[in-house]
Amino acid sequence: MVKVFIYPTTSLILSDMVERWGHKPLGAALQIRERIQTPGFDSPPLQMTPEDPKRGLRYAAVEVPSGVRGRMALLGPLIEEAEAAIVINDADFSFGCMGCARTNELVKLLIRHRNIPILELTYPRSEEEGVAFVGAIKRFLKGLGEVSA
Amino acid sequence: MKEYVPTYVGTVTKYVFVDSPDITPQTLATRAYEVSEGVMIKETCFGLQVTGTPEEVDRLIAHIRRMDPHHIFIKDRGFPPGDPRRCRANLGGARPGYYGHEFEIGLIRFISHGLDATERMDEQDYPEARNPRITGPGLDARTLKRLIDAEEK
Repeated sequence: MVKVFIYPTTSLILSDMVERWGHKPLGAALQIRERIQTPGFDSPPLQMTPEDPKRGLRYAAVEVPSGVRGRMALLGPLIEEAEAAIVINDADFSFGCMGCARTNELVKLLIRHRNIPILELTYPRSEEEGVAFVGAIKRFLKGLGEVSA
Repeated sequence: MKEYVPTYVGTVTKYVFVDSPDITPQTLATRAYEVSEGVMIKETCFGLQVTGTPEEVDRLIAHIRRMDPHHIFIKDRGFPPGDPRRCRANLGGARPGYYGHEFEIGLIRFISHGLDATERMDEQDYPEARNPRITGPGLDARTLKRLIDAEEK
């Protein structure tokens, strides 16, 4: 089982397919769950504390907005943990749900710097593209299984 | 500052999305209750949310996925169901994260078709994806220098 970082980190499609073919998807929910289940001071809604932007300094400079550093405190450890990654490049909703274009750019940069196998795709817009999309992910994940075995 | 005492510690919550011509969230919930054995199940408009220990949830998911494997999709969730920080009953408007799901559910029929088709195909027959890019470990400096030197000659 390989730990596969997914981008967008909240993607239903990627999360399902990575798990479906026997690997572990690394998405934002894992980090949120860890914070939500850890006792401490009440800091709703995501239990992000002032410590998190400090942890984000590992990935972004101090003059970078605290929002970027806070997000990197969530996503940075996942990128470090990842053994492979699948990236969808035209994920326009990530501006809403994941929130921050600068963080998204930094996340993609850090993934590419990790020297791990990366599959980059765009969302399918037809049934034919759906077959190609699923086929590319299936082939990539199967290849990871053979490498790790 | 107020003390925070978490609930449902040690559990996992997963979304189960169903986009099937044959199965509704209600039939999915009924089947899930039959094998729940302590897993908390919440029926929603798009499917279910299931909460329990990781082993229990995995067992339940494996069971209900078999009902229609190409039309049932699973995803992790950070919050337990009904959490006042996320539940729209408390906040008003759509739940944060809803728009991402709404966008992807609009494309999920293509994924279902892809799952169906690739199951009947050999790996070498998969069509090429639009703009795919597979990157392995990056170009090392020595190889780059060799390429530059080759260009200059």
